Amino acid sequence: MQSSRLASLRRMQFLRSWEAILFFVFLAILLYNATRVPAYLTVGNQINVFYLYAEKIIVALIMTFIIINGEIDLSVASVMGLCAGVLGRLLEMGVRGEYAIAAALVTGLLCGLWNGLWIAYARLSSLIVTLAGMIMFRGLVWVMVEDRSITNFPAWINHLGQDAILGPFPLSLIIFFVLLIFAYIVLHHSAFGRYVYVIGNNREVARFSGVKVQQIKLILFATSGLISALAGVLYAARLGAMRSSTAEGFELEIITMVLLGGVNIFGGSGSLIGVLLSILTVLNLRNGMSLANITLQQQTGVIGALLIFSVLVPNLAGRVRAELNRRRFARLAAEQTAPAERKEVKAESK
Amino acid sequence: MKFITRILRPEQVRELVTLFLIVIIVLGFGAFLKDYYTGRTFVRISTSIAIIAVVAMAQTLVAITRNIDLSLGSIVGFCAFFLGVQLSYHHEIGPVPAALIAIAVGTAMGLINGLIIAYGRVPAIITTLGTMAIYRTAIVFYSAPEGGIVSAHRLPLWARQFASWSIFKMGDLDFRVMVGIAILVVIIFQLILTYLPYGRRLYAIGSNPEAARIAGFPAQRIVFIAYLIGGALAGLGGYLFLLQYGNLMVLAGVGLEFDAVAAAVVGGVNIFGGTGTAIGAFLGATLIGTLDYSLRRWPAISEFWRNAILGLLILLAVATDSAIMARLRLMWARAAAAMTMELAESKTSSSPQA
Repeated sequence: MQSSRLASLRRMQFLRSWEAILFFVFLAILLYNATRVPAYLTVGNQINVFYLYAEKIIVALIMTFIIINGEIDLSVASVMGLCAGVLGRLLEMGVRGEYAIAAALVTGLLCGLWNGLWIAYARLSSLIVTLAGMIMFRGLVWVMVEDRSITNFPAWINHLGQDAILGPFPLSLIIFFVLLIFAYIVLHHSAFGRYVYVIGNNREVARFSGVKVQQIKLILFATSGLISALAGVLYAARLGAMRSSTAEGFELEIITMVLLGGVNIFGGSGSLIGVLLSILTVLNLRNGMSLANITLQQQTGVIGALLIFSVLVPNLAGRVRAELNRRRFARLAAEQTAPAERKEVKAESK
Repeated sequence: MKFITRILRPEQVRELVTLFLIVIIVLGFGAFLKDYYTGRTFVRISTSIAIIAVVAMAQTLVAITRNIDLSLGSIVGFCAFFLGVQLSYHHEIGPVPAALIAIAVGTAMGLINGLIIAYGRVPAIITTLGTMAIYRTAIVFYSAPEGGIVSAHRLPLWARQFASWSIFKMGDLDFRVMVGIAILVVIIFQLILTYLPYGRRLYAIGSNPEAARIAGFPAQRIVFIAYLIGGALAGLGGYLFLLQYGNLMVLAGVGLEFDAVAAAVVGGVNIFGGTGTAIGAFLGATLIGTLDYSLRRWPAISEFWRNAILGLLILLAVATDSAIMARLRLMWARAAAAMTMELAESKTSSSPQA
């Protein structure tokens, strides 16, 4: 009896949860697109939907950790650009591809460490540090590449970026799924993941509980740099080219995907399931809009509106519900305690 | 020490430091570059910071209340575009009505932001991230019939010449109208922030929202109005943007919101509320503008270094602020406490009971 009530309560909670709403929105978009375009649900098209956004959704995974931790990283897109730039410049200078990729990844790690040191140990706000990082790293790309474009990548790098490696899956998607599983285990089933939540909820409490706050923040930002570097390399390999403006503005879309997944911008709550559902929703929505000949810029506007409504509507609904509850309780209270209250008032007036 | 604490506040010390840095930059580059101390340098730097100073003022207002506005660049772009299209078809619109149109459009966009943030209780960063994309899309829609551009040769004559109007001229030295408008805006907002109750309430909400709420301040309305004014300022920024550049593309004003944050932060505005002045933000914009122009003039290094150095500058500004400003405030608080103690002592000693 008790347990079945608990189960039904859990079911109710799930149905009211953000993940459930996202799931139904995602299904609706999928069905709508499928009815309009017969080939929509084929594996090939679904892979294509993912493939065009593979780099962004890879970075969205680590961004989830960072936002749950109560921080933000605006510099990811510039790190992507910088690492693509390092790769391009080194290849241009005749360095072997393996070394060039390694150098790009190390560059990303250093960028992440730079951000992380200022944020964790100098205790500066991540919004400003990574804003400065965003401007600075993008500036370094401009210094390195200036206004040219670099296209002379070796064939094997282009092959890795553009062709299916395992069955129908391209490398970037395989990396995404491996990282997704890894991130899920770390965030939801490890001590480290719990620390990430605890710090996001209350940094001081975490510190007094003996959580190594600074170390964890440093690890998160360093990882963010490394993953962004990986995404930048994959992006350059997919396009087979890079410019100084490569990946410019990606940070906004990445952050949008994470926030739409129900992750609290002030930290402490959110889940990777939500982010995955939000990624599925956004990608399929974009794909559907592309099929309906809506331009990329207009799609961005729709996603922006979705982001606002995703917080606004639950807020307003919650307030309406709270107001209704308040009135109901006030009425009930007035009916039941009216005589008693009168007595009290009299007593007070004496 | 006592003397300093009496005539200066910590914020003013911060402003003086920024001013001092600007002087150092000017002297430093002046020593290396030929023909640096000319009217032309002044004209270039002053016109380049006019727009950014106005937009930074909008960012400062909302930043003081612990909020942020990332949609400012898109608002500037939309207002510039809207006005540009209107002016290309209606040559009879004069400079003042044109400014009012741009400000009205900007206010409307600020109104949307403010409603969602203050009354819908959606975090500012989420809201303005969304409206940044939405307003940019609005530009795309609005400009589609025009082919996505506004071109200078279709604007009325005054709009093409406005950028070179000057208030006074002294040889090379040319004080442009645009610069005058920006400085007027800065002065007005400095006065509002310092002397009007509304301005003081902005600080109150930013430095301690809970205390402000308990004190009975209408926090929602104050934040809402801050966004409204911010939108109006961005509208004015759009007006100046159109008149300075003339030719607009869909990407007009992209990234201006981050430049505004940079100017405000370098000028000592705390993005987490409670501190910052209009003059500080203006000095921040001036510092960045001066550095920007001087680097471009310096042949030894590539102009592409500009952003790399700007990023470092922002970081250093915030790092020194967090290290020094807290200590300065403590010093000032101690001095004030000492002064009240002295006053109290002198009162008790002069009173008859003692």
